[in-house]
Amino acid sequence: MILRLAVAALVAFMTLPTLVVIAVSFNPTAILSFPPAGLSLRWYVNVLTYPQFQRAAWNSVLVTAGAVALAMPIGMAAALALARGRLRAPQLWATLLLSPLVVPGVAAGLGFLILGAGLGLLRSRAVLIAAHVALVLPFVMRSAWVSARNLDPALERAAASLGATPWRVFRRVTLPLLRPGLLAALLFAVIVSLNEFVVSLFISTRLTEILPVAMFTYVVNYTDPTIAALSSLFILATIVVVWLADRFLDLGGVFIHHRQ
Amino acid sequence: MSAAGAAAGRPVPGRAVVELRGCTREYGGVPAVAGLDLAVHEGELLSLLGPSGCGKTTTLNLIAGFVPPTAGRVLVDGEDVTARPPHRRGLGVVFQSYALFPHLTVFENVAFALRERRRSRDEIERRVRAALGLVRLESRAEQRPAQLSGGMQQRVALARALVYEPRVLLLDEPLAALDRKLREEMRGELREIQRSIGITTIFVTHDQGEALGLSDRIAVMRAGRIEQLGTPREIYERPATRFVAEFIGASTVVRGRAIGPDRLELPGGHVLRVDGGGVGGTFRPGEAAELAIRPERIRVVESAGENVMDGRIAGVIYQGVQTEVTVDLAGGQRVLVFVAEPAPPGLLPGQPLRLHLPADAFIRLASGGD
Repeated sequence: MILRLAVAALVAFMTLPTLVVIAVSFNPTAILSFPPAGLSLRWYVNVLTYPQFQRAAWNSVLVTAGAVALAMPIGMAAALALARGRLRAPQLWATLLLSPLVVPGVAAGLGFLILGAGLGLLRSRAVLIAAHVALVLPFVMRSAWVSARNLDPALERAAASLGATPWRVFRRVTLPLLRPGLLAALLFAVIVSLNEFVVSLFISTRLTEILPVAMFTYVVNYTDPTIAALSSLFILATIVVVWLADRFLDLGGVFIHHRQ
Repeated sequence: MSAAGAAAGRPVPGRAVVELRGCTREYGGVPAVAGLDLAVHEGELLSLLGPSGCGKTTTLNLIAGFVPPTAGRVLVDGEDVTARPPHRRGLGVVFQSYALFPHLTVFENVAFALRERRRSRDEIERRVRAALGLVRLESRAEQRPAQLSGGMQQRVALARALVYEPRVLLLDEPLAALDRKLREEMRGELREIQRSIGITTIFVTHDQGEALGLSDRIAVMRAGRIEQLGTPREIYERPATRFVAEFIGASTVVRGRAIGPDRLELPGGHVLRVDGGGVGGTFRPGEAAELAIRPERIRVVESAGENVMDGRIAGVIYQGVQTEVTVDLAGGQRVLVFVAEPAPPGLLPGQPLRLHLPADAFIRLASGGD
């Protein structure tokens, strides 16, 4: 009984802030008050028509797509090399590749800022994409590594002995068997990149900033519930992505318990 | 099937299908296989037998092309394939773990090699069905490997390796993962299939019973080298070294000093007569000699006589068809004796026992075995 209450309290504690934000987003008045005084969609209209949000959303799409497209093959190759013991000093490599997880965002942001300024690339999205590659790589690596480690090396030898060239072995055996891990990796990467804020804040300009940064800038200047509406849309989008992934992709139960 | 079909069931000695010439494979400076020479003949089933770490699987990997030799050459049909990658060697391999593709059906697993060879749809259908028929799994074509028992998976792996009529079949401990009864069934089935299509086969195993029962020839391996190469009967009845004598079947090794062309004195002073025929030559007086004797050749006797020694029972293990008795002889030598059932009464530890070691039962071992 006590255990159940504790679990219920914990679940409430974890979900309440989200529920409050969603509730506030429908508030008809221009202050962030709870409980809401009524029901209105005006802040949702504001979100969709505010030009800087439109630009930032497009930036988010480009940065995330670019970062994921680069991080997936790099992470997969690194995971395969690590799982097969092809690297010298595998511990060092693993630590290096996972290090963005433990480096404080402020430090990483400052580093990318200095580097980007030195290279004169701060006006483009290149530094943002590079930073996001580094930040999502640990997540890609971990998921891909679990799959790669479970791959019986005899399967690839078997395929080779049956006449498959190295490329065909990869296409017909390695890749299909890594698929669940790679899809999970993709999902993690997209979610992490879309939500990244601290590092991106350092290296964004008004023209290249991604949505979380644009939201922060907005909150600094205005206090109306627009940001609550945008947050609600973000939450909804994330839920839809995870639900779709669980529904249609075989993730091997990474997020939600796998159905038989 | 292919040219090998003509030789179905009858190995053709002299014609080497697979040949290793001075093959060495080192891992981090440590040789797993050291200067190996081996010729596998047309249509024969040759076993590579030895304890784990003896280099038998490495030898198989050298032939399959999964690892390149550090030194030496690999030939298939007289052609040097040392530098050829596995997918261009055309050999069939069955792995200990079966290595069936879990994401493909049984049919697609077996069809794999044919698809890689871009065969027509009709041909694939026909040959996969034939291969599945060979291993009696036609009805399982649409199932996934995980839905099959271990024995069935083993047979799928065999069908997959045979479907494109490879020149050579390589089997890496294919029966090790099966339980005992199934293993014995599969052993018979494997031999039957191998004989019926006459495919040259190399069989890696650590199980001496498997090797003795299946092989045309056995190569006993130890520390990266071939210790002895011969027919199962030769290996069992004439082990060349102490290692082979002890690895294949049980045996007791006795050491002594020759005091005549057919007489050996044991450390305790007892003199054995040893038949030169079984030993392979006579002794030079004074030389030290090492002999092996199989436990089933030693007899329990009542009366004294030539080569009869007294001892005391140290241990008794009842095994059903026989009782395994360890006996300490008067001179301190310990021997293992298999007493056929029904065993005489009184086989108890501590009891005296009189044994006859027939003169023609001894096998002389090469010195320097270890």
